[in-house]
Amino acid sequence: MRFLRFWWEFVVGDDWVVAAGVVVALVVTALLQVWWLMPIAVVALLYLSLRRARA
Amino acid sequence: MSAVFLVLSAFLASAVEMVEALTIVLASGIARGWRSSLTGVGAAVVVLAVVVAALGPALTVVPIDTLRLVVGAFLLVFGLQWLRKAILRAAGLKALHDEDAIYAETIAEARSLDASGFLLSFKGVLLEGLEVAFIVLTFGSTQGSIPLAAAGAAAAVVLVTVVGVAVRAPLGRVPENAMKFAVGVMLTTFGIFWSAEGAGAHWPGSDASLPGVLVFVVAVSFALVRLLRTPRVVTA
Repeated sequence: MRFLRFWWEFVVGDDWVVAAGVVVALVVTALLQVWWLMPIAVVALLYLSLRRARA
Repeated sequence: MSAVFLVLSAFLASAVEMVEALTIVLASGIARGWRSSLTGVGAAVVVLAVVVAALGPALTVVPIDTLRLVVGAFLLVFGLQWLRKAILRAAGLKALHDEDAIYAETIAEARSLDASGFLLSFKGVLLEGLEVAFIVLTFGSTQGSIPLAAAGAAAAVVLVTVVGVAVRAPLGRVPENAMKFAVGVMLTTFGIFWSAEGAGAHWPGSDASLPGVLVFVVAVSFALVRLLRTPRVVTA
């Protein structure tokens, strides 16, 4: 249990939305094969995560 | 003349890859402690040596895109965690020092190696090291001399390592949150670049677009700090 908690905190961290969003963005990038999607996704995820932290 | 060109090409291409690895090792060492970071480097070098010795020229069958995707996604999620906290601190929404967390981290570090620092350095050096091995094999085999290509790559490794040792101490004097901000920016930049490449996207100009991604992440981060700092208008 401690082992799983360590990996969850290590990989996912404070905001699971960021980790889940990165996975979704990578799946879409793999489907569309476009380079510009990841930078846009990162901006959106960072903004969303900061708003959640501020609320 | 072609021998000089081969050594120079292998040197420059390997230097680019080694600078990428050095950036991650420095970021990891400063943020998570040198002991864990350098242990990660050592472990990656051992794994690299075993892989290169075992596979030799067959090394080109290693699925480098899968490795880029996994390492890139990991760095991106990790980098965004760092960047998010650094932006919140820079915007004044989070304390610059969290004494409880620092105490817990210090105790944990004293007891064992820091897993984050170890894994960050390990993955960065392993991925870049494999890319250097590919460069030596592809440049060397097409130009007819793998030892000359290896000599060029070895010179790049030595030069970048010397630079890394030289800049380590001055970097340690940079204010804590500024350094954490920079670490978050670096990890996020490499994460965006590698994960998109691993997912099959092609960056315009290949590795040359990396500084562009860096500038983009820095600009976005500063814009978010400004946005969060803006005082709310209180209506009567």
